[in-house]
Amino acid sequence: MSVALNRECDLLIVGAGPAGLAAALEAAPSGARIVILDDNPRPGGQIWRDGPGVRLPRAARRLRSRVAAAANIEILCGARVVAACPPKALLIEMPEGGALVSCTKLILCTGARERLLPFPGWTLPGVTGAGGLQALIKGGLDVAGERVVVAGSGPLLLAGAATARTAGAKVLQIAEQAGREALVRFGRGLWRWPGKALQALRLWSPVYRAGSHVFEALGDQRLEAVRIRSADAVLEIACDRLACGFGLIPNTQLGELLGCAIVNGAIAVDALQATSIADCYAAGECTGFGGSELALVEGRIAGLAASGQPARAAGLAPQRERWRRFAAALERAFVLDPVLRTLPTPDTLVCRCEDVPYAALAGCRDWVEAKLASRCGMGACQGRTCGAAVEFLFGWSPPAPRPPLFPVRTETLLRLADRRHSPPARPAEPGR
Amino acid sequence: MKCDSGAIVVGAGIVGAACAEALARRGLSVRLLDARSGGATAAGMGHLVTLDDNDAELALTRDSIVRWRAWAPAMDEGCAFRGNGTLWLAASDEEWALAENKGARLAALGEAVDLLDARALAGVEPALRTGLLGALRLREDAIVYPPNVVRWLLRRHPGQISERHAEVVEIDGRGVTLAGGERLAADVVVLANGIEAATLCPELPIVPKKGHLAITDRYPGVLTHTVTELGYLGSVHNSEGPSLAFNAQPRPTGQLLIGTSRQFGSRDRDVDGGILARMLEHAAGFLPVLRELNIVRCWTGLRAASPDSLPLIGRHPDRDGLWLAVGHEGLGVTAAPTTAELLVGAIFGEPAVIDPQPYAPERFLGRSGAREGAEDA
Repeated sequence: MSVALNRECDLLIVGAGPAGLAAALEAAPSGARIVILDDNPRPGGQIWRDGPGVRLPRAARRLRSRVAAAANIEILCGARVVAACPPKALLIEMPEGGALVSCTKLILCTGARERLLPFPGWTLPGVTGAGGLQALIKGGLDVAGERVVVAGSGPLLLAGAATARTAGAKVLQIAEQAGREALVRFGRGLWRWPGKALQALRLWSPVYRAGSHVFEALGDQRLEAVRIRSADAVLEIACDRLACGFGLIPNTQLGELLGCAIVNGAIAVDALQATSIADCYAAGECTGFGGSELALVEGRIAGLAASGQPARAAGLAPQRERWRRFAAALERAFVLDPVLRTLPTPDTLVCRCEDVPYAALAGCRDWVEAKLASRCGMGACQGRTCGAAVEFLFGWSPPAPRPPLFPVRTETLLRLADRRHSPPARPAEPGR
Repeated sequence: MKCDSGAIVVGAGIVGAACAEALARRGLSVRLLDARSGGATAAGMGHLVTLDDNDAELALTRDSIVRWRAWAPAMDEGCAFRGNGTLWLAASDEEWALAENKGARLAALGEAVDLLDARALAGVEPALRTGLLGALRLREDAIVYPPNVVRWLLRRHPGQISERHAEVVEIDGRGVTLAGGERLAADVVVLANGIEAATLCPELPIVPKKGHLAITDRYPGVLTHTVTELGYLGSVHNSEGPSLAFNAQPRPTGQLLIGTSRQFGSRDRDVDGGILARMLEHAAGFLPVLRELNIVRCWTGLRAASPDSLPLIGRHPDRDGLWLAVGHEGLGVTAAPTTAELLVGAIFGEPAVIDPQPYAPERFLGRSGAREGAEDA
């Protein structure tokens, strides 16, 4: 079997979003051989997702070009981590095949995913996540002239609506489940982060409605209308698309697989972004939702710490603290309303991969029982979507992830038997 | 026998559920206790397979499959029963001779078997590699989804079986003690908790044999039968180091369930990448298209194995009132119906449905058994 795709490096970074790119740039002057993996076709992560006709923010372009210019950083795009290969290698799958990447140190920048919650009609064609619609538009989906409703919770709603509007869609309503009071309190505190206040003003929309949530998507073959409930009214809005996400959930699967401690649903890190296992750091949304500014500074700290520069890393702590306070304010403002647990009807699908309705889960005592009885979470997405929904609906914590983390070709898994995946490590190159 | 306070069954896997059902059918009220520590029933393949390594194994599996087929029409769709048969693949002249012998022996007993030569095999399972000499088909073999069969069994006698999530920490013939100190009394206590049985009764010679399984995404029609290699027989009895055997099963969902491995002495549940890769490589040797298919999940399970690979079914010779249904290794699902009939029949003093002697716990326990066990070890 060919082992040509196998790699070895000093520092392996999983995720080429803001955290991963920032980590790589800070570590690069040490001369370490750095590999960044990302499962998207281009670097940038979710927030700086690139695509045809996308104009990325200046900060993103600058970071990307500096990373591209560093001779000791290799970015592998379209590369998905599917398993760990102890002691210090990851099995990845790329379009050209499977490979083992061995490393001395590892930084997890695996980001976050949208929380989708089930309600009648949420599986109709035309319904996507809020970030999901953004990604589709950046990928080339034409929404010009379409009527779009955005719903759910969190700042991503405004960003998703702005992307849709820029692409020519008519955004009819933005339904934010968080109450008006919580948002006003949040808004009053925004002066402490002037950039964020400006951003909020820029994204602000007259169709933004606090304290309202979608409770039904209507349509025969595809979405035709949504029904939205607020304290004083129920509204039916005819539309072509519903972009609906209820905040973000840290992607902790790889961290969990490696044995990293998880606290409050995120990978736990210390002051230097080190996880609970040796030589493994984590930065960005996988350590808790906080936005790109927090991800950038956490990534820088992790990159410095992982390349033997702890003092410089520690110097960035005040910056991180400032953005952590912002993250905490966000978290307080956008707490999910328990009423969202009452949206599914007995026949509302909870697990789309295996067509499991709410009624099949309602009588179960825990995730394992539900999974064995109904196949919930046993499909291709491996419970990434329904696991988070079920956790919110029933309070069941999903079981620990097992390899493969994603559906993977058998051929790729065969690489786990490669005997010589880890050639003797060469000493790191001296700094440039 | 007199049963005022009913029965307790420890272990809500397929064997415990079948025993609970057989007890309830005879009018007993049954308390079924399960620690939910992850048993073999949820981890296994659900392959109902006639095995003939020895007469006792053949008698148990044959009788059981007849009972499975009797259950089948009443089972719900979630039980996923499919009478799709097993193909035992012959890859060498030696294995072809084995197939012929095995086929003749089973045919003489009245089993529905037929031999497929290379061409006929390619006709029914074109996805298998070329160059195989043929296969022995066992038409009565089948598949099920065991966790849902457990639920189906427990629903059969409404009000008579109560299931409870509870860890038993002490057991005797008069009842059990739960973690937390609660004591439950019963006239009959059945121990059917697989690998955990030896924790409660250290005298039981039950050891774990760890297995790996993988399941693909949905590819309907790649296989129709459960296919396994005749080399399997040599492989499972290799007691040194991990062993591998090809077993692939088309699930009703269109997915392919791929096995299998055996590792001794391992109790951890982690997927071992090296073993998994070797198992898949071996499987791809028989089913080349597997290399191109997506695997969606991999997991492990622990088989509860006895020294002679036969289960312990019957009264515990030293603990009055305690009955054993443990040590089925890879045959717990296949053998559950007959195990339950043998055990519960013995509890009620009914004539045995098959000769119970080969499965009698006395072969390892009690005065004579302890000696045999010592010689075995």
